[in-house]
Amino acid sequence: MEILSLLGDGMLVAIQPLNLMLILVGVTLGLFIGAMPGLGSVNGVAILLPVTFLVPPGSAIIFLAAIYYGAMYGGAISSITLGIPGASTAVATTFDGRPLAMMGKARLALVAAAVGSFVGGTVSNILFTGFAPLLATVALSFGPPEIFALMLLAFATFVGLGGDDIAKTVFSICFGLVLATVGFDQISGAPRLVLFDLNGFLGGISFLVLAIGVYGIGEMLWTIESTRGEITKTDADISARGILEDVGESARKGWKGMSIGSFLGFFVGVLPAAGATPASLMSYAITKMSSRRPEEFGKGHVGGVAAPEAGNNSASTGSMLPMLTLGIPGSPTTAILLGGMVIWGLTPGPRLFVDQADFVWGLIGSFYVSNAFALLVNLSFIPLFIWVLRMPFTTLAPLIFVLSVVGGYAAMQDMFDIWLLLVFGFGAFFLRKFDYPLAPAVLAIVLGPIAEPTLRQSLLLSSGDPMIFFSRPISAPIMVVAIILIVMPAFKYLRPRRKRAAR
Amino acid sequence: MRVGEIVTAGVLALLSIYFMYKASANGIGYAVGTGPQGGFWPFWLACGMLASTGVIAFNWVRRASAASRSDEPVLDSHGIKTMVFVGGGIIGFVALIDIVSMYGAVAIFLLYYLKLLGRHSWRLTLPMVFLFPLVLFFFFEGLMQITMPTGLSFTDPVYNVLYDIIY
Repeated sequence: MEILSLLGDGMLVAIQPLNLMLILVGVTLGLFIGAMPGLGSVNGVAILLPVTFLVPPGSAIIFLAAIYYGAMYGGAISSITLGIPGASTAVATTFDGRPLAMMGKARLALVAAAVGSFVGGTVSNILFTGFAPLLATVALSFGPPEIFALMLLAFATFVGLGGDDIAKTVFSICFGLVLATVGFDQISGAPRLVLFDLNGFLGGISFLVLAIGVYGIGEMLWTIESTRGEITKTDADISARGILEDVGESARKGWKGMSIGSFLGFFVGVLPAAGATPASLMSYAITKMSSRRPEEFGKGHVGGVAAPEAGNNSASTGSMLPMLTLGIPGSPTTAILLGGMVIWGLTPGPRLFVDQADFVWGLIGSFYVSNAFALLVNLSFIPLFIWVLRMPFTTLAPLIFVLSVVGGYAAMQDMFDIWLLLVFGFGAFFLRKFDYPLAPAVLAIVLGPIAEPTLRQSLLLSSGDPMIFFSRPISAPIMVVAIILIVMPAFKYLRPRRKRAAR
Repeated sequence: MRVGEIVTAGVLALLSIYFMYKASANGIGYAVGTGPQGGFWPFWLACGMLASTGVIAFNWVRRASAASRSDEPVLDSHGIKTMVFVGGGIIGFVALIDIVSMYGAVAIFLLYYLKLLGRHSWRLTLPMVFLFPLVLFFFFEGLMQITMPTGLSFTDPVYNVLYDIIY
């Protein structure tokens, strides 16, 4: 009861006129920043951080949290309408969001993303409110072996995300992981894999360069080539009634994905260093695996949009938990929020809930209000996003190319990366022709920088003994599940052959 | 497609070997006190890449993949045209950035694509060519405070006017 009373007080803080206005502005700005390829919540929060010094600290963090919420909703928009995941958290949304848009069901995809995000946000808010201190303790028990086991589990789910050709999927995963090691060795600091001795590689290869290259350039070239130059446009109906009908259909067809994404996403988000990208990916993969018709995923399944969106939104709230309770940021965006809190004179940690109760509960209250506003703002802008899709393809295609290059430069600020983006784009076009799945490479480049140091730290802890992963109570079951998932496709491949041989 | 599949696998195998060679420069073993060396992780991943290309080649021999059974060319005449006109257009767009600025290159690329490739009317093309770069300018430079390349000095008078508006 005490929690409900504190939450009620927090809600009253959140709906004060100034805070309410900041939430509305923050959510709307975040939505558009998130929808722009190359920009994500981290850019929005970082760029608008100085603006927050004009308002009291409580209102400032509410504003930044609203931007964070809006951007998490917005990431799905470019994935669905343009086929370019604007942020790593929205890669999994592309798998079914884009096919739905190409089938003329962009409105349904956008609504499913919005509803999934709302459900994920709401469930995570409830979990956050009720179990913050308890979950913070669980998160602390995750050391390098547990985090590596979790990453291996994420990689294992990639195998299920690729096409039928397992060798090409494994190649794609390894390729993404190797690209993630280019630049400097995180532990020794020595230059590593500086390809062709080009200094541009010293800065490493960003996820965005690969993602925009693959989806913004490669996929678009492939679409233009495969449509044989015929002018095509995606049919997408705009009507308020239709949007309401889609809300019902999203809930009906996507409830399972939303449930999985909401709970799994929150838990993964709580873990330090994990974040919303593995959360969205694992939500997608588990929803696909548990579906009665897994073959429909990747071809335009509503659950394939709702699950990752619920997962990444839930993880975003979850990642706030270690930041507030332990002072450990769970994602790059929360790291900036943490910096902001320190500048405003607030000290994150267990005492924050006692010493600054008004601030903490005002922030938690604002999560609920921001989530509701984000849904409403998102749904009200759907006609605008649909209008983009109704453009003739010969108008939309150059705009996508332009946004890919401009967005890529905005994120990286280096022309070397833009040329690299083109190399990846043309490479992806040819690999696509030979059925190489490239989504695993894109996701691997995001998770590689988490997986490698945790593997090396774990082996250092055990003096090189890999059994460390199987001797700890949390990492052991995760490792076993991951290994089963990796071995399962080979087993499925061999079983029919044995049956045929027996016959 | 059949020839393309094995050539692609061969190129990717060479790339894997190159990655292994580069990774080995950082050491691929286990060092007492510091744990796995810097090249350990990328080297063994590149080995995984190489092994995968071996399996792809084996599947090609067995004609197990769709591409290994196909007699179609990788790029037909339309595909070659796409690569030359669309792909070439994108390369030209990026090459122009350092000369005519990011927004200038956007305008030229839109003019090229909408008018020459898309064959749209001037009524659609001209507003897009002038307004879209302006919208991008005010979004990135004004709102997001991200500076884009301004090209050679001859573009300065235009940017002086635009920067006066936002600052």
